Amino acid sequence: MRPLTPSGSLSDVCGKAESVRNSNLNSLSDQIVADIYGNAELITKQVLSKKKTHQKGLDQRLDDLVTSKWFGYPLMLLMLVIVFWITMEGANFPSRLIASGLFTFQDQLTLWFQWAGTPAWIHGILVLGVYRTLAWVVSVMLPPMAIFFPMFTLLEDSGYLPRIAFNMDHIFKKAKACGKQSLTMCMGFGCNAVGVTSCRIIDSPRERLIAILTNSFVPCNGRFPTLIIVTSIFIGGTFVPYSGFVTAFVISGLILSGIAVTLLVSRVLSVTILKGEPSSLVLELPSYRRPQIGAVIYRSMIDRTIFVLRRAVLAAAPAGAVIWILANTYLGQQSIIVSLAQALNPIGQLIGLDGFILLAFILGLPANEIVLPILLMSYLSTGYLQDLGSLDGLRNVLVNNGWTWLTAINVMLFSLFHWPCATTLLTTYKETGSKKWMFLSFIIPTIIGISVCFILTQVVRSLGLV
Amino acid sequence: MKGAGKIDPLADLSPGSVCQIVSLELSGLLRRRILDMGIVPGTIIRCIRRGPSGDPTAYLVRETLIALRNEDATQILVKRLSNGEENV
Repeated sequence: MRPLTPSGSLSDVCGKAESVRNSNLNSLSDQIVADIYGNAELITKQVLSKKKTHQKGLDQRLDDLVTSKWFGYPLMLLMLVIVFWITMEGANFPSRLIASGLFTFQDQLTLWFQWAGTPAWIHGILVLGVYRTLAWVVSVMLPPMAIFFPMFTLLEDSGYLPRIAFNMDHIFKKAKACGKQSLTMCMGFGCNAVGVTSCRIIDSPRERLIAILTNSFVPCNGRFPTLIIVTSIFIGGTFVPYSGFVTAFVISGLILSGIAVTLLVSRVLSVTILKGEPSSLVLELPSYRRPQIGAVIYRSMIDRTIFVLRRAVLAAAPAGAVIWILANTYLGQQSIIVSLAQALNPIGQLIGLDGFILLAFILGLPANEIVLPILLMSYLSTGYLQDLGSLDGLRNVLVNNGWTWLTAINVMLFSLFHWPCATTLLTTYKETGSKKWMFLSFIIPTIIGISVCFILTQVVRSLGLV
Repeated sequence: MKGAGKIDPLADLSPGSVCQIVSLELSGLLRRRILDMGIVPGTIIRCIRRGPSGDPTAYLVRETLIALRNEDATQILVKRLSNGEENV
């Protein structure tokens, strides 16, 4: 060993010590890990016997297809469209059934309240407010969720999702992000709060933050009903025999634009506040397996459907009461809700919405699921509740309130690009431990949504298309 | 078996070829992740396939399929055992 020569400073010494430690530690730790694996291999050889097969397994052949140059990307797109198509076609009928059942029961409730002689305002808050909103949320959300979540869990269970990350990694790398972000986005389809939590799978803190901040560009389950209903009414409905397919395509298109914005924002963040180069990716591609149907149904029903529905119901019940009170408390000539909507109307009109729509999005902060119910309640707050179980009834309500196809598109875009719900914001705060990131996750989508709707509206109006 | 026994970066392997890890020129978190996945000096690895756009490449390590980016795989040095085309 060389005699120690006095170094310039403590940090020099520390630096040297660190480099010596690292150079030795690596080979030492390598040796330790290699030994552990060696032992494990030895044990495995003793206790496991395996048939040796030389032919390509089913796994390999499936991988050849789903990650192939030509079919990889189209196949993902096709899956997306098929999942939404099945969801929409399948949810249509049960939704109507549940709606008619629940709304019939509402009339029954009203009779009971009258019979008991309860004051009108109690009946208003409880039946017209709480119950009606709940009935809406359940009938609109339950069927699509009960179809979408099991299908999604099937894909998850089969081992297809890691292949999506495998296929998409290259694109995410170009945006200086991590391929695993596509997995957290998939989780976001179910619930953005869950999506944000799942960002823990991303190793690099920088890329994790990017994934967290962009997660709400994937429409969560609470926003699907809004997207589905608005699309079915204003776009799908005009192509009658193929409405299901057209709606599925439109929604898939929306999701693609959400993905495009995700990549764009990731890229922009990477050169601004989250500067850095893409780090590494170590992604395990587990073998495919036949999903266990029982487990899939249990997990998707109990863990997801019921969980999300419960959250929606918990948010919707008080919101329903608040809306009813706002709609039925008069300050001077008009109700509070109308005054609020009028105050918001100039901004709303500028981005192709209206005051009521903007108000519904703001009041929907606790949960996106209740945006459409709130909107309908406020539209109907003065009028008589029509047959909302059918799409035609809904269409009439919306058209009577001045909706055009431009309004519909703007509502869908704004639903895709606006502040995340309160739960997602809180989860972001919990995951990042900083109010700054929570605020950014609020403001980034909001700015994008407002600009996109503003530009679209102004272009369409100046071209005289509406 | 052309090129067998040569030391190459893992990223240079074409799908189907088999190699043995010689050393990991990685550091930090990634090094630990790679070790955790069982990629240690001496491990036999088979290159299985590339992603649709050619970038992440899937490798078979101890019967587990693991995808690595090419940037990372260039820092893993391997000894070729077979070029593998006959083995696919």
